[in-house]
Amino acid sequence: MSQSASPWYKRIYDWVENRVQLADFVRESAEHPVPAKTASWWYVFGSASFVLLLLQFVTGILLAMVYVPSAGEAWNSLQVLNHQLPLGWFLRAMHGWGSNFMVAVVLIHMAQVFLFGAYKFPRELTWLLGVFLLLMTLGMAFTGQVLRFDQDAYWGLGIGASITGRVPFIGGQLVHLLLGGPIIAGATLSRFFALHVFVLPATMLAFAGLHVWLVLKLGINEWPTPGRLVKRETYIKEYNELSHKHGLPFVPGAVWKDAMFAAAIVFAVAFCAAIFGPYGPTGTPDPTIIQTVPKPDFFFLWIYSALAFLPPDLETPLIFIVPVIGIGILLALPFVAGLGEKSWYRRPVGVLTLIVLAVALATLTNLGTYTPWSPHMDAWSADPIPVRYLRDSTPLERQGALVFQVKQCRNCHELGGIGGQRGPALDKVATRLTEDQIIRQVLQGGGNMPAYGAALSPAEVTALVAFLDTMHPPNQKPATDASRSIAETDKPAPREPVESIKR
Amino acid sequence: MNQEPEHPPPVEPAVSSVAEQDHRGESRRSFLFKLSIAINGAVALLVATPVIRYLLGPVRSKGDYDSWIVLGKVDDYKPGNTVLTTYRNPYSHPWDGETANVACYVRRQSANSFTVFAVNCAHLGCPVRWFPQSQLFLCPCHGGAYYADGSRAAGPPERDLFTYQYRIDGDTLMIRAGQMPTLSNEARLRSPGGCAGRQSFQLIKGITPCPKAPVPGTSESTIG
Repeated sequence: MSQSASPWYKRIYDWVENRVQLADFVRESAEHPVPAKTASWWYVFGSASFVLLLLQFVTGILLAMVYVPSAGEAWNSLQVLNHQLPLGWFLRAMHGWGSNFMVAVVLIHMAQVFLFGAYKFPRELTWLLGVFLLLMTLGMAFTGQVLRFDQDAYWGLGIGASITGRVPFIGGQLVHLLLGGPIIAGATLSRFFALHVFVLPATMLAFAGLHVWLVLKLGINEWPTPGRLVKRETYIKEYNELSHKHGLPFVPGAVWKDAMFAAAIVFAVAFCAAIFGPYGPTGTPDPTIIQTVPKPDFFFLWIYSALAFLPPDLETPLIFIVPVIGIGILLALPFVAGLGEKSWYRRPVGVLTLIVLAVALATLTNLGTYTPWSPHMDAWSADPIPVRYLRDSTPLERQGALVFQVKQCRNCHELGGIGGQRGPALDKVATRLTEDQIIRQVLQGGGNMPAYGAALSPAEVTALVAFLDTMHPPNQKPATDASRSIAETDKPAPREPVESIKR
Repeated sequence: MNQEPEHPPPVEPAVSSVAEQDHRGESRRSFLFKLSIAINGAVALLVATPVIRYLLGPVRSKGDYDSWIVLGKVDDYKPGNTVLTTYRNPYSHPWDGETANVACYVRRQSANSFTVFAVNCAHLGCPVRWFPQSQLFLCPCHGGAYYADGSRAAGPPERDLFTYQYRIDGDTLMIRAGQMPTLSNEARLRSPGGCAGRQSFQLIKGITPCPKAPVPGTSESTIG
């Protein structure tokens, strides 16, 4: 068995290979022919996702060597990682940015697969596994955000528990199950640690392995050509012709692009990690500190936004029915549209759906970055009224400006572009509402504004309305009630409607 | 690359012995194989039952986690005021750290009349903040707003703030608490706030102020 002529490493290799017998399989897999046109930069996102998964495994294991999965200590152990261990901050940043990149690349991979019709026969199962891998990637992102165990993580769990609590009949039990007890505490962190570190990664590795195995067995999806329809009877023969007669071996024909892109992605993760640093942790997970504005991580902002816009009486049904329908559509896709045209030139509905979804996600995410629906909790004490609104004002109007600030109106209403955006900006409110209408709106609320009748004295209302009545541009008169002049003069109303409109 | 694989010859399968088996032996082996699967299934069931019970361990019936907690002396709370206070959750572990501390709002309407609100917004559980100047609770997440009596004022919540059951024991104020309030696990079973008659699971269409007798808030002026 041992040829003394061959060098020592060759002998070791032969010794191992004689036992594991993997060389043929690896060579066959590496050299399997792929259709020539699939050696494209469009086909690199799947392998990049897998590389990012492995990167997350490595950085995650390194973090787990220091992290303490205890509600009382987790936050402190992150501080140690950030500030005391050499380059602990960098590994945290790698893991955090790695998760960002992974969510993004997985989504791009999925969009590309959809656009290229790669989910069609015979690759239905590959798509199904991919859908579960996407869900698990999002699951990893959420559980990872929980392990950061800061204020955002704590209240993010609160949102999760509140949504779970809306499940009919068994909501209460599910909340206990989710939290591992009656409140968000040590048991909650421990079970999310188990999910994030054992359950989900192991399942993802198994699913991703099977996913790649299917790609090997069924071949990479050919470049779609308009008019070349997928038919159950002929597809495999056609594909083999494409890959064997006009194909090239995967290694090195196509793999160099995957490898280049993987290197670029890993470098990009490291670059972002080095430049932007790790995520948080923000404040300590102390639920008695309520001066906090919780916000989920970037990839969940779209959900956070959507939850702000659902009508109250439809929210619970929508929260539970829409995801089921959405995931159901994804799972059903290869069985409903598993044959026929692959090219995007001839699938307008598919392309349009993708564009609409992408625009919707981007819009909701963008809204989530500045949350116009949230009151600015400190606007009333932090954002002064622009001086130009107070020039030449009477003492009563200035008193009204004080009432405006002190009663937190500013938390929901902008002045001079600063303040909350929950309600309309009030810079020109006097042109929209008459004095009486302002009084009514302040006292009784309505249109998603609370009634302030109980929180304001009559003197305060008078002052506030006097101030708000000055809120109009100099060249534009405030709205007035025509009937006022009748009441005041006790004469018939002046018949000059055209002129009053002009004004 | 290993150009000359020196794979050992495949082990000779015991084909001959199998082929020689008579029908009885084969059915016996097949029976034993099926039996082994059945036994494994039974053992799996046996082992899985306690595992499932273990996993469901935290699930308890409504109110089972709750107990009466002292929130301090009655006179610590001034009539007409709403203040934030904290307590240690009755069900907690030493390693829970700060997370077992819970905040709540105590509102004392009169000498013997209190309302104790959970800080969790009835929409999605974010911590609401009390603004005494405008007599409102505001939620930083999605803009839920509640009046001083906890009734829904605006925003996405579909009900009033959660309240705890309270009782006055001599000169101490006690509440019944123990679990995070959600739409399923309310701090107490009945709907709180000014809406005594409202069903707890009833969805509110739009803004429907509670049928209230006393007007919430204060008539105290902030103008000097």
